[in-house]
Amino acid sequence: MQHENQFQETILAVAKILIDELRLEDVTPETFDPDINLVDEVGIDSMDLATVALVLQDEYGITIDEEDYPKLQSIRLIAEYIQQLLTMET
Amino acid sequence: MKTVSSLLDRDWLARYKKISKLNIRSSIYDVTNRCNLRCKGCFFFSSGEDKAAKEEMDPEKWAQFIDSEKKRGVNLAILIGGEPTLCLDRVEMFYKRIPSYCATNGLIKIPRDRFPDMIIGISLWGDEKDEKLLRGKDTFSISSKNYEGDPHTYYLYTITPKQIGKTEHIIKKIRNVGLKVHMQLLSNDEGVDGFFWQKEELKDLCAEMDAMLDAYPETIISSKYYHKIITTGKMLGRSFGWTECPSVTESLDNRNPQPKRLIHFARWAADLKTMHRCCTSATRDCSTCKDGAAHMSWVMVNKRAHMRSTEDFQNWIEVYEMFAKLYQFIPW
Repeated sequence: MQHENQFQETILAVAKILIDELRLEDVTPETFDPDINLVDEVGIDSMDLATVALVLQDEYGITIDEEDYPKLQSIRLIAEYIQQLLTMET
Repeated sequence: MKTVSSLLDRDWLARYKKISKLNIRSSIYDVTNRCNLRCKGCFFFSSGEDKAAKEEMDPEKWAQFIDSEKKRGVNLAILIGGEPTLCLDRVEMFYKRIPSYCATNGLIKIPRDRFPDMIIGISLWGDEKDEKLLRGKDTFSISSKNYEGDPHTYYLYTITPKQIGKTEHIIKKIRNVGLKVHMQLLSNDEGVDGFFWQKEELKDLCAEMDAMLDAYPETIISSKYYHKIITTGKMLGRSFGWTECPSVTESLDNRNPQPKRLIHFARWAADLKTMHRCCTSATRDCSTCKDGAAHMSWVMVNKRAHMRSTEDFQNWIEVYEMFAKLYQFIPW
């Protein structure tokens, strides 16, 4: 349960970072569909991903390999990726 | 939130999906400092870039350098100069390692047995009279014989103010030798008399470029949105210039705030150590720069800004498709 709550928090935090960094309009962390494809649907490009990755790195103290960018296709996948890195570190 | 599928119908969505994951990462390389022409208006010689760095002569160092560029993530090598065909061994080293585009004046034929599908862009500066005035000879008469019917070659037609009203003649000549053409504009940095753009001329030219695209869609690789942007220097109410240009060498880019830019873009001199500030001359006034690739890239890096309406987003798709076609990431 605690793990699930933590995961939901990460999803909301990632959504907020995306909204703030990319200045997305008409969406809140709560209404941002965590499964929407960020490239195909939201129109995020590799420059956007690089910007977001830098903030995530600072926020979570992780290193995101540029080769992993193609994996970061949705908020849920980003949250899972972060959790995975944090688990590996502990 | 505006999404891709809320803005596009099925056909446009299919077009978008063909380009949305291309992730083009280009850089520009001065293959040599030498050229077999001296053109008035060529930024490379007018700004002294030919003397900025001594050419690296060791082929092994070129090979190592290109390998390191590939590792850096470059997936499109744009080869310029000088005249790259004067150093075909270097061009071949690029071609064998990274998808490559070679800019040339077309006077030397690139052998297709060594470079079967390399994209070649032949520079052309107008009709016979202008070519002789600006470049010292009518290059078309030679380049068109060298490349007639070549499926991987197009003309990069630099339009000057003296060409307004005459572009159809040139486009027909290109069509008649079985080649395609992309139009761009002269940035007159050398102050060649009579070749400065006036605002009204640019408006007329935009209309003419649109008319040519309508009349010769099989020959011209272009888009009307690109015509508008290159002739006005405006996009979505913003003006092109130093604070907006996406084609600045990444390691020399100290702009704050950083605009949307090409990731990992660099323009390398022929010593393989020196980097130039941007895709054209650092002496150029960015506010009047007419560099076609920089303007295309300006549109391309601003995808989400174009997702404010269906029309804007379709314009973005057309410009991206044009760029992808010019470098054969998608078919013509």
